[in-house]
Order: sequence, then structure tokens, then C-alpha cells
Amino acid sequence: MAARGARRGRRTAALLLCYVIIGLFVVFFLFPPYWMALTSFKTNQEIESLEGIPFVIQKGATLRHYQDLFTKTDFLIYFKNSVLVTVPVVVISMVISVLAAYALSRLGFAGAGVIGTAVFLVYLVPDSLLFIPLFKIIGTLGLLNSKWSLVLVYPSLIVPFATWLLIGYFASIPKELDEAALVDGANHLQMLVQIFLPVAVPGLIAATIFAFTVSWSGFLYPLAFTFSSDQQVLTTGTVTSLIKGDVYHWGGLMAGAILACLPPVLLYVFLMDYYISGLTAGSTKA
Amino acid sequence: MLPRPGAARPALLGRLLEDERSLAYLLLTPTIVLLALFIAYPFVLGVWLSVSSATVGVAGHFVGLKNFDKAWNDSIFRTAAFNTFLYTGVTTVFKLALGIWLAVLLNRHFRGKRLIRAFVLLPFIIPTVLSTFAWKWMFDPTFSVINWGLWKLDLITARVNWLGDPYLSLISVMIVNVWRGVPFFAISLLAGLQTISPELHEAAAIDGANAWQRFWRVTWPLLLPVTMVVVLFSVIQTFADFQLVYVLTGGGPANATHLFATYAYQIGVGTGLLSEGAAISLAMFPVLFLVVVLQLWYIRRVETR
Repeated sequence: MAARGARRGRRTAALLLCYVIIGLFVVFFLFPPYWMALTSFKTNQEIESLEGIPFVIQKGATLRHYQDLFTKTDFLIYFKNSVLVTVPVVVISMVISVLAAYALSRLGFAGAGVIGTAVFLVYLVPDSLLFIPLFKIIGTLGLLNSKWSLVLVYPSLIVPFATWLLIGYFASIPKELDEAALVDGANHLQMLVQIFLPVAVPGLIAATIFAFTVSWSGFLYPLAFTFSSDQQVLTTGTVTSLIKGDVYHWGGLMAGAILACLPPVLLYVFLMDYYISGLTAGSTKA
Repeated sequence: MLPRPGAARPALLGRLLEDERSLAYLLLTPTIVLLALFIAYPFVLGVWLSVSSATVGVAGHFVGLKNFDKAWNDSIFRTAAFNTFLYTGVTTVFKLALGIWLAVLLNRHFRGKRLIRAFVLLPFIIPTVLSTFAWKWMFDPTFSVINWGLWKLDLITARVNWLGDPYLSLISVMIVNVWRGVPFFAISLLAGLQTISPELHEAAAIDGANAWQRFWRVTWPLLLPVTMVVVLFSVIQTFADFQLVYVLTGGGPANATHLFATYAYQIGVGTGLLSEGAAISLAMFPVLFLVVVLQLWYIRRVETR
């Protein structure tokens, strides 16, 4: 009896320790976003004060920083630019990726394997390796300081991974299905639209989320290719308009960051399972 | 009238195969054009720029390896190279260790697991530049909330200048990188763990293996393929990282925290010396190439075993 009780006690203690460690991890992960949100609602006076406990709002919350963002900075323009860049980038990338994935997973032809591997390898090329020659190319095309340069360039960062993700989903569709459809006289386009796309909806959602994320949170390309505030997107614009020389307007910066985070975070909240399946497909399917 | 399958098939099949081939190339054309224009061509142009004297607005001419020679004798470049290796090595070890630890913890059944998993992935969801600004504010020289906490806990007696000291600022950047990277490791490894049958653990437990032995003898070897791929992605991303250093320190203080990418940006775009910037950025390539080749070789070996 006593031995069993001791073992149960030890198990409870182990479980408790487990909870405590997970709790510490969660605090570590959540503190920066919490601090971001908290700062955005604090008055400037409180932000620049060393009195009291900083983890809560002591002197009343304010929406002042959000108001200023809309009335005193070009935040709305940046937001609009981010949307104007992201929507076409997602559409273009998805169309290109779906076509490529269909060809690579379903149409037997010499070189499919080589092209498939090449596409995967291209995904591993980081943006910081190519931004200087791209800067020159964008300049030659006369698109320097234009947000449309991003629409042109971003799909190259998205298509390789999205194609690869979709190949995985397409490959899981049984071959008998398309043979049956071909015998019934369907052509490849009908088959793609009527059979593949409906079955691969989870894959399409995961790939779309990936495309959205790359385009929405991209920083190096917009930083290098655009400079005037009418062309900047959220990631670069919020920063440049709220840092004046050495002076950081932390309240406004954090408010801008919160609003810029919202679209990806909301997407994540509603589509978490697709998000995770897309994220982990990279490592578990390779 | 019904088609007679026997008679029609050879011709139909032949035509279909013929069709499939041209259709495949047609469907792949947009991808190939896109990747040729914005990946392959920039790469070749980058190589050309690195052996030329081009600056913004000036085409330049062939100068051989002069830019690489200059970079090699540049102490900031050497610091950047050293930093990049150190940054990648140290953060990868921490991300892997903490990621596996967290994945193993999350692989148990407990209440609120879904919510916890959602929270864990948050640093990965928030666009990096934005969360990095939150960290920059947390590292503020005057109002650092981290200093406030450490002060109240009696762990420090003077202000810690997180981003002002050359050594400490590199550590600060590493902390943020680990914060940003652990979720990706943990969630990917958790997906890998879920494919390992619990029966293996039960069998090992019956044989008298303790938790530590079970991890190293059962979990680790079975998780290794997933681990290698996750490490491959992470090492490439970290080695070529730009955003964290650019936002947190801008390469400073006194150019002490540059990585290849941030120094290439400062020289290539900031100063307009395209050719020298291209050379610095291209210096990353041999390492990236080697990492990819090694990992692919390893993955193939595991797969065929």
C-alpha cells in the first residue's frame, strides 16, 4: 500500500514538474507579444516611467497611439500597400504552383524527378543571397521604389515550397481515380479542376497560408526595393515613420506592430490545423 | 455506339502519352520562367557583379577577385563571418535541445494541450520584424523590462546594456533567434514524435529501460530523419539571417554584430557598392551549398537503409 502510494506521489510530482516547465516555456513565448500589446495601450507618460510594476497598466489605458497611427502617419497607406501586394502574389503563386504540382505528380515524362528535386533545392536559396543582383534587375526594369516590384519577385520565394507541398497532397490521390476519369472522356483540365482541387483542399489552404505569410511578413526585399512612404508596405513603413533619428515612439510602434500582426494571427487562430500540417509537411515528408 | 476498348487503346494511349508530355512542359513553363528570371538569373548576375566594379548607376568592368580580396582583408568582414558561424552554431544547438525537450513534453496527454500548442507557435506566426521590435523595446537601455525584472529579483545591481555592448549584443540577438526558432523545432519534432508507436516505449519500459535510456535508444534514432530536415531548414535560415540583426543592432555597436547578410546590405544597398556587396553576400554560398549537399546525402542514406 505504502509503496503504491509513494509511486503515485512520484508520478503526480513528475506531472506537476512537467506542467511547470511547459508553463515556463509558454511565459517565454508569450511575454514579447504581451509586452507589445500592453505598451500599445499605455500612455506615453507611463511608458517612460520607472515607477510601479510595468507588467500592468496602472494609469488607465489609452487608444491614443492607435488614433495617432491613423491620423498622423501613413499607416493606412502601408496597410493598403501590403494588401495590394499580397493578394496578387498569393493568386499568381497558387496558380503557378497548382499547375506545376499537377504536372510533376501526375503526368509521366522524362525529367520529372530531376525538375522536382530542382524545385525543392530552389526553395533552400535564401533571399539574402540574391537581393543585391535583384536590386540591379529591379532598377533595370524601372521598378525601383515601386511596390509592384514585390509582386514580381515574391512568387519566386513561394512557388518552390508551395509546389512541393501540393505534390505531396496530389500524390496521395489514388491513381485509379484519374484513370477512371480519363476513360470517361475527361481531359486533364477537367480532371484537375473537378477531381484534384476538391480533394486537395487542405493542401491548397496550407499552401495559400504559406504564400500569404511570406508576402505579408517579407522585410528584406521591400527594405531594399522601396523607399518612399507611398510605396512602402507594413513591415518597412511602420518602422520608418515611427523612428525619427534616434527617437523611438514605442507606443506607436507597438500599436502598429499589433495591427500588422492581426491578419496572420487571425488566420492562424481559425486555420491552425492547416497551418501546422503545412508547416510540418516540410520536415516529415522530405 | 460503344467504343471498342481493344481496338482503340494502343492509338489512344500513344496519343495520350504524347499529349501528356507536351502538356507537362506547358504546365511547368510558368514555374521555369519564374525561377529562371528571379532565382537563376540573379544568381548568375550576382556572380558577375562580385567580379566587377559595378556600383549603383555604373555598369563596371571585370576586376577579377579584387572584391573578394578586399573583403578578406576587411576586419569587419572577418568579424561578420565569425559572427555568422557562431550565431548559427550556438542558436541551432539551443533550438534543437529546447525544441526536443518541449516536443517530448507536449507529446503527453494532458488537459489544455491544444491551447498550449497554439500558444507555443505564436512566435513563429508573428512577422519577425514586428516581434523583433518588441524585443528591441524589451532591451531598451533605459526602460528595459528585463532589467526591471532582474533588478527586482536581485540578480543585477547595475543596468545591463543589452544592445550596447559588443559581446552582450550578439548574445541578445541569439536569445531572440532562439525565441523565434524553438516553436518551429518543437512543432515539427512533435509531428515526428507522433509517428513513433507508443508500443515501442512500452516494450522498452518492460525491459527495464528508464526514461533517459528510452529517449536515447528509442526516440532519438527514430526521430533523427525529421530532426535532420528541421536542422537543415533552420541552419540555412539562420546562416542567411538578416532581419534580427538589422532591427536589433543594425550591425553595431561599431560593426561588432554584423552577419554576412547585414554587412552585404550595408555595403551593397546602403553605400551603393553593388559589386562589393554581391561578393560579401556570395561568400555565404559555399557554406550553404555544403550544408545542403551533406544533408541531402544523409537523408538519402537514411531512406535507402
